[in-house]
Formats: sequence, structure tokens, C-alpha cells
Amino acid sequence: MTIRFTKDHEWIKLEGDVATVGITDYAQHALGDVVFVEVPEAGKALSQGKDAAVVESVKAASEVYAPVDGTVTEGNAALADEPALVNTDPTGKGWFFKMTLSNPSQLDALMDEEAYKSYVEGL
Amino acid sequence: MGNDAGTAPETLLQTPLHSLHRELGAKMVPFAGYDMPVQYPMGVLKEHLHTRHQAGLFDVSHMGQVRLRGASVEAVIAALEALVPGDVAALAPGRIRYTMFTDAQGGILDDLMVTRFDDHVYVVINAGRKRADLAHMAENLPGVEIEYLGDDAGLLALQGPAAATVMARLVPGAEAMPFMSATTASINGIPVQFSRSGYTGEDGFEISVAARDSEALARLLLAQPEVAPIGLGARDSLRLEAGLCLYGHDIDETTTPIEAGLAWTISKRRRAEGGFLGAAIIQAQLQNGTTRKRVGILPEGRQPAREHTDIQDQDGRVIGQVTSGGFGPTANGPVAMGYVATAQAAVGTPVNLIVRGKPLAAKVAAMPFAPHRYFKG
Repeated sequence: MTIRFTKDHEWIKLEGDVATVGITDYAQHALGDVVFVEVPEAGKALSQGKDAAVVESVKAASEVYAPVDGTVTEGNAALADEPALVNTDPTGKGWFFKMTLSNPSQLDALMDEEAYKSYVEGL
Repeated sequence: MGNDAGTAPETLLQTPLHSLHRELGAKMVPFAGYDMPVQYPMGVLKEHLHTRHQAGLFDVSHMGQVRLRGASVEAVIAALEALVPGDVAALAPGRIRYTMFTDAQGGILDDLMVTRFDDHVYVVINAGRKRADLAHMAENLPGVEIEYLGDDAGLLALQGPAAATVMARLVPGAEAMPFMSATTASINGIPVQFSRSGYTGEDGFEISVAARDSEALARLLLAQPEVAPIGLGARDSLRLEAGLCLYGHDIDETTTPIEAGLAWTISKRRRAEGGFLGAAIIQAQLQNGTTRKRVGILPEGRQPAREHTDIQDQDGRVIGQVTSGGFGPTANGPVAMGYVATAQAAVGTPVNLIVRGKPLAAKVAAMPFAPHRYFKG
């Protein structure tokens, strides 16, 4: 299992051929209370750094970007009824979508947990 | 993840409560040139609900407080009425009106609260419009001495159903003050001027206090068990649910009071007599109606529609734009307001909001989205 992080505060966890994507605890804290999430549908092609999902707090809408290229296999349906899962469990039940990777080597350029931690400390 | 909330590097002004906000753990953001608390550790959602259920304390010291004096208070009122359509002359001492500075085209230069006192008139103007309003008054209020309180005064708002209980504890009798009235008092030796008014739709008070006393007063209010500090984030969601306009968003120079649904602020006398900037246009609109109107909009489902979202009719024609929109914690769903063509302004009219390129079904809705709970005596 590999978990990697982007500078835009997405996390991606690869298990077998499928990766799960969400936003980090730092990101959910910065956003505040999440009231709406729009996740991509299965089959949607994603490009690294491009819009993949939308997360809205009381105050503002933010884009969630695809950490790598690939294809969505599942969006987290639970977020429709309980968007606050993004706040309460951002790296668990608050995941956004699962995807297959068209270029797994893109993961290597992302930050590991330790690098992300020091990146956030520097913000 | 990203959003478009840019932060421009600039020298920000501070209110007298700045260090208290930091101490309380507020997240600070630039707003109208000030470094202001957008939220405290409680978070926008809970701050909003706390205000609706208990009482919230807001720092609104960034707003402009101005005293107007002249040969007589009547002379000041007569001069001021040339700039606002509100019936200031009808105010008894200690009473307040909500009105607007209009321009020659009937557009809104700012909205403001006007209080008549025995020997002067006190107005509160928006932070972002202070410079423009002060210049406008200096130019157009002959014989009126304009005293801008500036950094010498703080302004606190105590809002919510428990506000009267809290104020009565500090100023016995405050609970009986009529809505839209003002008085002076001393709270633990601190001289204050305060009104029964606010910007949340709830009962509450707005308290003007010398800058040097602001923090002591804020600490005293926050020490009351019902009171929590509330940031600008919840202030915005509260006023949106209450259907109240935010200058620069829901009203500006391109909107008239009539288009904005603020005709209720113009009395029979002022409608008949005119005598304010843009009166001819506003009187004609009162007579003949307007081509567009500010309305409430309720999106179906859970997705909020934000400011600048296009509003389309059922045939895909753009009929207006959202001017304020977000999530209403008390409404427990998305709420918005905006301007639509008058033909589509009836409550219940189905419309589509174009959010990220996709139509979101919505309906024109009555405001407020959370019932006003002003003190009725």
C-alpha cells in the first residue's frame, strides 16, 4: 500500500490496481464545515491536476484535482447524504473517489507522508 | 484542491479587538481593508446555529460611525433627506431608520442606519464605502459638520434570542427597548451607545463604544454563558437567510431601491415629495414597476449556487444572476438571492441555476429563509 500527497492537499492511496482519493485533514480544516460534495461518476477519465470533484463549505466552493491520470471506478455515494464525513474522517469514510491509474509512475513524483507533513508545516 | 479566494498582499487595518480575535483562535482574513475574523475554532456552521439558538458577539468595528451636527438637528435632517429616500424627519429622538444613499440615477451608493438623537444624527455606513460616503456627505451636506469616529470607536453586535437576557443583565431595562431604537448607558463603568438592531434576523443589539474600552466590553459580553464570538462567515450566512442585502453584492450603483425590493423603506411622504437624488427615477419605478427584481431563490437538492451564477428560465434564456448564495445552516440547505426579470419573479416560478455548466433546478422563493425574530414589545 502506497499513500501519496499533492501540494493541493489531495491524498491518494494505491491498493492493488485501484487507488482511493480524498482530501487531507489539513484541507478539511482549512475548508471548514463541508455541506456539499460532487464526486465524479464511474468511467470518467481524469487528467493529473485537472478538476475531478467539487467540495463546498458554508462559505465557498473548491475544486478537488486528480492527483494522477486515470479512470474513475467509483464515487463515494455516502458523501451525498453525509458531506460532513469529509470533516470527521477525511482519510477514511470521507474519501471522494476510486480510480485506476493509466500511468502509475506519476505517483513517484508526489510527496510521501513525511514530505507532506513538512510541506504543511512550512505553510 | 483549490479555490479562488485570493489574498492580496496589502497593509490591513485592525479593529480595537484585533488581539482578542487572535487570542480566541480566530482565522483572520482581509475584508474591506481590515484584518477580520472569518471564523473562530467553533466554525461557521456552529457559530451560525449558536447565534440562532443563544447569542453571538460580532466585531463590526470596521463599519463607519459618523455623527452629523448642524445649526439644529432639524437642519441636519433636512440636509440628509436630500441624499436618502428614507423618512428621517419622521424619526422621534432615539429612533432608527434603515435607508440608502442614492445617486442621480436612483442607484444605491451605500445602505446605512440613521439614528436621530436630541442634538445630532448618527449614521453607520459600510466599511468598504466609508471613503466614498464621507466625500459624498462632505460635498452634499451644506452646513453639516461631519464627525467620523474612525479608529476612536468600536462597534459590537450582540445577536440572538438570548441577547436581550444578556443585555438586561448588564443594563437593566434594555430588554424592553423597542426594535430600531437607541440609547446611551454605562456598562460596568464603560460609557456606551447602543441600539436594538442587527443584521442577522434575530433580536439583538449593536453597541458603540470607545476604542479603548472595546476589548473590556467584548470580554465582559463573552463572559456571559450564552455568548460566543462569531466571525464574518456566519454573519454572511445569517444575513443571507434573513434576506438582508449586502452592499456590493445584492445592491450597488446599478440597482435601485425599488429593484432591490426596498420600497418599504420609503414612506408615503417621501414618495410623494421626492427631494432626494434620483427621486424622479425612483418615483417612476414606484408608479410603473421595474423590469427586474431582487428575489429569493431556493435550489432543489443540496448543492449551493454562489454569487454570479446565471439564472435561466425554462427555455434556457438567462433572466438574471445570483447576487448572494450559499448554504443556510438554519434552512438546512442551499439558499440564494438574486435579480430576475419581473415576469419571472413570482414566488414558485421554476428556474435553472447554471452551476459549473450544468442546470440546477430551483424556484423563486419568499424571503426570509429563516423567520425574523425581532423584538415586537
